[in-house]
Amino acid sequence: MPELVLPDRLRGVEPVRSIRTPARLDYEFTAGRATSRFLRGVAEKRLLGQRCPVCRKVYVPPRGACPTDGVPTEEEVELGHTGTVTTFCVVNVQFYGQAMELPYVSALILLDGSDLPIMHLLQEVSADDVHMGMRVEAVWVPDDEIEPTLESIRYFRPNGEPDAPWDSYKDNV
Amino acid sequence: MSDVEVMIAPNVIEYPFRRTTGPVIGAFFTALREGFVVGVRGSDGRVIVPPAEYDPVTAEELTEIVEVGDAGEVVSWAWVAESLDGHPFDRPFAFALVKLDGADTPMLHAVDVAAAEQMRTGMRVAARWRPARPGADDEVAEGVRYREGHIADIECFVPEGDR
Ligand SMILES: [Zn+2]
Repeated sequence: MPELVLPDRLRGVEPVRSIRTPARLDYEFTAGRATSRFLRGVAEKRLLGQRCPVCRKVYVPPRGACPTDGVPTEEEVELGHTGTVTTFCVVNVQFYGQAMELPYVSALILLDGSDLPIMHLLQEVSADDVHMGMRVEAVWVPDDEIEPTLESIRYFRPNGEPDAPWDSYKDNV
Repeated sequence: MSDVEVMIAPNVIEYPFRRTTGPVIGAFFTALREGFVVGVRGSDGRVIVPPAEYDPVTAEELTEIVEVGDAGEVVSWAWVAESLDGHPFDRPFAFALVKLDGADTPMLHAVDVAAAEQMRTGMRVAARWRPARPGADDEVAEGVRYREGHIADIECFVPEGDR
């Protein structure tokens, strides 16, 4: 790269090497009817999925239709607050806006009775001990803090049950 | 199920990007932080402001950084009657192409006047600078935006007589 010829006033001063170029996108998220029902259920500490009439899969959070069969999923199914870790990620890297202490574990959890895992935090367990098939339970925020958001579940933690057999979650990995 | 009230929530996505400047654009921002403006001399002798890294005619790398004035002439302008988020003002203002003294190309910036009637092509305008960042031992004023090496180190341009 050729040398720059600088005016005197720019010699010997610390050069600017980067500039701030923040981006901000202001959206409104519209949950839709099915997910709105789900979120209202969460506000009552209930986890509501929807079953496809064709393939019988239970989706949570429900989107109102089965992506495979293209039909409305109108049958509501109440799910338990326990589930199985299908896959997980140990987060070791600090990033902007991160509130968690490192390392922490983010996992896909297949709630009992459902056929689609949700992503949530795992706590009260060392990252080294997390594994596929681990049985976990939801830990909710105190009742007076519950709102229609999945953050009303603070995290999941191991519930002490023996690991789920591979066959019970192999279709969700 | 059909009479569910649909929930709507704000969903803001923010990326705190920084962009590396390279030495030529970096010289421009360094000069802004120091309170003056530079361009680069092209192969045909023209002074390009803000500086370009490569010659617009020959595509050669450009290396001669030159200082220009911080006042100049409005070449073209557009009135912003309703300002938007991210605009330099929350009141009406003009975006203008300003050809600074000593420059051969115009630069886009805001001009702070109260009404479109005060704008005209060919009018003289001058930069209104933000204050230099105080030294380590000096007092920092609350809520003041200091120069940092950013295009907003020039807060705006104003009619030359008003500076
Ligand atoms: Zn289906």
